[in-house]
Amino acid sequence: MATSGVKLYGGRPSPYVNRVEMALEMKSVDYELVEMNPYEKSELLIKLNPIHKKVPVLVHGDRPICESLIIVQYIDDAWTNGPSILPTDPYDRAIARFWAAFVDDKFFPLLRQMRDTKEEEAKRLVFEKVLEAFVLLEGAFITCSKGKAFFGGDTVGYLDIALGSFVGYLRVSEMMNANYKILDETKTPCLAGWAERLYSDSLVKDAMLDPHKLLESLTKLQALSKTDSD
Amino acid sequence: MGEVKLLGGLGFSPYVNRVEMALKLKGVEYEAIAEDLKNKSPLLLQYNPVHKKVPVLIHDGKGIAESLIIVEYIDQVWEGPSILPKDPYQRAMARFWAKFIDEKCISATWKACWSTGEEQAKSKDESVEALKFLEDEIKGKKFFGGDNIGLVDIAANFIGYWLPIISEVKGVQLLTEEDFPNLWRWANEYCSDNFVKEILPNKEALVARFKSR
Repeated sequence: MATSGVKLYGGRPSPYVNRVEMALEMKSVDYELVEMNPYEKSELLIKLNPIHKKVPVLVHGDRPICESLIIVQYIDDAWTNGPSILPTDPYDRAIARFWAAFVDDKFFPLLRQMRDTKEEEAKRLVFEKVLEAFVLLEGAFITCSKGKAFFGGDTVGYLDIALGSFVGYLRVSEMMNANYKILDETKTPCLAGWAERLYSDSLVKDAMLDPHKLLESLTKLQALSKTDSD
Repeated sequence: MGEVKLLGGLGFSPYVNRVEMALKLKGVEYEAIAEDLKNKSPLLLQYNPVHKKVPVLIHDGKGIAESLIIVEYIDQVWEGPSILPKDPYQRAMARFWAKFIDEKCISATWKACWSTGEEQAKSKDESVEALKFLEDEIKGKKFFGGDNIGLVDIAANFIGYWLPIISEVKGVQLLTEEDFPNLWRWANEYCSDNFVKEILPNKEALVARFKSR
């Protein structure tokens, strides 16, 4: 499959853009990362993604594909060399998709709510909900991994990418305030171990977001944006 | 191929209907189990503990939840006409539009019909914007899937059948022939398709259901 003409539009701090990077790394695809400020809806962004006006957008040849998990599945379909991203078994595949949707529809909105809640007591309450959701994901890990290192088994897969892209942020949460530790080996030991392994896994380690650099980027971005338009 | 059960609602849910469409397309025999969501059964709580919603497909004792995930599962497991395109790019586009329908069209149009005042005005604007995108997408095509019904047509069942009925009951005009001629044409094509007709819920029953809300 030709690897020329692959461009990924988006910014480094975005966990959604990061998912696509992880998938491209897994398939050893050569690509160009075109940095875009997601808060500035530039003419180019509107042209690439007229409906949502968001990053990431993958352009393969001259065709744009939007929505991070749809892009990841596209990468799996289009590049058949290299490891499979989605499980081959239909049931395992459905379960991986179910939990990836859970990350997007339930887990991340709670994380965002926690970040946006300033008042301490209210923030604490949301934090408890984040932990509850994370415990469900711990259960998902136990089911999906079947005793192996990753959600995908021996190798990273779809769900590792879907949740793994947030690991940097989970670390940032703890760095900013030790009371908000989400990756806690006492509460979710499997996920705590899993998160560590991602940073040394040969397939995705180069794409994993460094929490220190994330904290820096976040501070810069927040200064630039007037309203948060996640 | 293993025992297939579908935990559905009381026959009114477009989400359950999506799964019924996919099963019928593939000629799969299954046991339909009605669920009263006001009184959730132990079976539902066992097979969808996270969301406690229908539809849930139980195949060989293993449960799958979320309508579009179930539809893709059915497409992968059973032979018969393809629900998703084979080409990777076309597949990505089909998934994109199905997601768009779920996230932008259904919630906006539903709210536009059931809310009032400022919330309704806002939802109406959002609905029009969303329906315009669908209007452009269906231009020149019989179905979203091309010549045959595909994933996006299945996902858009709410737009094609439920929405016109709710609009009539609530007196809220959204999908009109004048404003969205291509989408209107698709809706009629879809609802009068012999195959689809057989599994859509009875119109009078739906009207009664919405009137009683």
